[in-house]
Amino acid sequence: MHKEFLMGNEAIALGAIAAGVNLVSGYPGTPSTEVLETVAKRRPEHTYVEWSVNEKAAMEVAAGASYTGARSMVTMKQVGLNVASDPLMSLEYIGVKGGMVILVADDPGPVSSQTEQDTRHFAYFSKLPCFDPSSAQEAYEMVQEAFAYSEKYETPVFLRPTTRVCHGYASVTVKDIDEYTTHKADGFVKDSGRWVIFPRLSYQNHIKIEDRNVKIAEDFSSYKKNKIFHSSQTKANAKTSRKGIATGGISFTYVLEALKTTGELPVLKISTPHPFPEKLALEFLNGVDEVLCLEELDPVIERELIFLCGKYHLSVNIYGKLSRHVKTAGENSRDSIIQDIQSFLVPAADSAALQESVQETTVKLPVRPPVLCAGCPHRASFYAVKTAMKGKKTVFCGDIGCYTLGNAMPLDMVDTCLCMGAGLGIAQGIGHIEPDTHCFAFVGDSTFFASAITGVINAVYNQANMTLVILDNSTTAMTGHQPHPGTGQTMMGDIVTKINIEALLKGIGLEAIETVDPLNYEASVDCVKRMSQKPGVKAIIFKSPCIAVTKPSKYMNVLSEKCISCKKCIRELGCPALTLKDGNVCIDSSLCTGCSLCNKLCPTGAIISGKEGDGNE
Amino acid sequence: MNKNIILCGVGGQGTVLASKLIAAAAMDKSLPVMSAETIGMAQRGGSVFSHVRIGEGVYSPIIAKGEADIILGFEPGEAVRMLPFLKKGGTVIVSSRAIIPVTATLSDFSYNGSEMVSYLRKHVNNLFVIDAPKACEDIGSSKVLNILLLGAAIQSGSLGLSEADIRDAIKKRLPERFHELNFKALEYARSHSESI
Repeated sequence: MHKEFLMGNEAIALGAIAAGVNLVSGYPGTPSTEVLETVAKRRPEHTYVEWSVNEKAAMEVAAGASYTGARSMVTMKQVGLNVASDPLMSLEYIGVKGGMVILVADDPGPVSSQTEQDTRHFAYFSKLPCFDPSSAQEAYEMVQEAFAYSEKYETPVFLRPTTRVCHGYASVTVKDIDEYTTHKADGFVKDSGRWVIFPRLSYQNHIKIEDRNVKIAEDFSSYKKNKIFHSSQTKANAKTSRKGIATGGISFTYVLEALKTTGELPVLKISTPHPFPEKLALEFLNGVDEVLCLEELDPVIERELIFLCGKYHLSVNIYGKLSRHVKTAGENSRDSIIQDIQSFLVPAADSAALQESVQETTVKLPVRPPVLCAGCPHRASFYAVKTAMKGKKTVFCGDIGCYTLGNAMPLDMVDTCLCMGAGLGIAQGIGHIEPDTHCFAFVGDSTFFASAITGVINAVYNQANMTLVILDNSTTAMTGHQPHPGTGQTMMGDIVTKINIEALLKGIGLEAIETVDPLNYEASVDCVKRMSQKPGVKAIIFKSPCIAVTKPSKYMNVLSEKCISCKKCIRELGCPALTLKDGNVCIDSSLCTGCSLCNKLCPTGAIISGKEGDGNE
Repeated sequence: MNKNIILCGVGGQGTVLASKLIAAAAMDKSLPVMSAETIGMAQRGGSVFSHVRIGEGVYSPIIAKGEADIILGFEPGEAVRMLPFLKKGGTVIVSSRAIIPVTATLSDFSYNGSEMVSYLRKHVNNLFVIDAPKACEDIGSSKVLNILLLGAAIQSGSLGLSEADIRDAIKKRLPERFHELNFKALEYARSHSESI
């Protein structure tokens, strides 16, 4: 054993490697991405790893590997599980041979997601066991234990960390390489009675699953990471001694910290929310009169405890989200947990004592919403479409990626955004009801491959009238520049044939397709004007690489004698490199990439191309 | 030793590397470390922070309000934003250079760092304001802000780590071609510790 300073996601990856994982597949998504990336970086030679085209593909690839007896892991963020839910719900009935861990990272807040959905519910829905780590160290150990449980019960299992566990770092005790388990697949054995899903098989397996989950619940009651922490001091105050806290995940660590100031209470820690460790929970409930449930996302533990109180006629009050004793949405914090416990101990407590040492800020702070980077080709693409379509009735349907930031002022070019690949369908739907509206769907290259292709086929087949705009920056930028089918690289390091978007669209039957460099402003505006007039489904591919992976060649410069301070460049583009200094427009040379879009719209030609070091700030 | 350290700034300023070096230096002294940082969309020009917690008996990587021993502010407004986390008598090291957000430029909201620095002067007893543009110019690189602030934090005596600890961490964790420049930043912070 040795210690490494690891992010929770890295710890999960190393844990899987230590368990001898043979195959890892996944699709990038914050906060899950670093798990697969770390496996790719640290994997032994025989471990196969891939970024799949989407979560459904990834789930199926991992299932196939597990059918052979290999240990497999599939990684995704919570909304990715919605995409993978079709194979998941059937795999539940089929089961697995080699251990299979489904790593789904939830995102309370949400910090960088569309939803605050709770994968513990998905575990309940799919009847699969679920592990919920509270720290990087625990996640490291848990993923190894999850593989063992998966094989013991021949079922895929969930490992469900949340953002603060995924992205928190800790000095984690990990195994040396010679302590790793090696796992060898014994190969796929043909058995259609086992691997081919039919109604009769589903019925028979359903019975087995229900019986099995009772056994797992029993098993989990003695799982060492489910635990009752008894209060060491017996309070003179009998009122508090019969109170307890039920928690899990990162909130468990916040509770431990909070109890240092609020005084000790018995704590029930739930590390396997499904199947719920009933026996252990009963033992806890029998020692208390009131329980406060502190968990993020949905009140899963709270409902289970209320259920147990009903089932066993226990006279215990269960408080939490359902009783509105704690907030129902958003992530917990160290401070929110302290307050929750204080009001639990002394209802309507004056929390002034706690707040005394905290200074709240009384000055107006700058607001810093995330913005498209200086020189981002998406800004140029959006600006070209905006200019070309000025005065026309339009709807701009956005999608998931950096380019969602095109919604911010002053660009204001994203009218809708729903989920991966949805912009295409939304544009079609609006178009069918409002035929006089020019409907645009903007989609990035990675999102296009992940989930927009069916949308294009649907549009062509059903005779939609819309303009598809593909923002091709040759990477998956938002999640940290992962390769995808259009980049010609795989996670195994192989150079492969790039899948050509234009050829693919032609194959689907689109006739009007044009590729243009968005940094060529005139050509781009002209292209949009022409294409948007054509009937049916037409596609514009704005192709220019992400500036975060290319080196800027030059900087722009403001000629102060020509600049009339009209600020059009600032008002129209919202580029972070364009700033005001003492009322004068200037360009931050440390940010500018020389994309020259500002030069194109400057009415006096005051912004010119400079060289390195010519920036005037 | 127990230390709660907050590093804050704007995406792209190098807060993450500085927090990694602090953690590495603490680990080299066999101290348990936990940390948390902003990852994802907010990195695109947004406010970013790192929490670093050193010592035994720490369960959560997140620092609570009123709990930080020291704040390293890479930008004055961001240091003010994190001020509720500072414990009574805690230390703030701050770069005086303001980074104007796009929203301020668009709305003509007159943001400049000086108002933030005076706010800090009023509310923080142990305050060290660094004239970062001048220091970076003297050192000869705009990329050393993070190590410069780390150096100032060492000189303040509130970081709980020595210059030698951080030097060792730099040697172990950074490519050799960056060593000299970063050592220069540490030395600059030491030789200017009085004016700091």
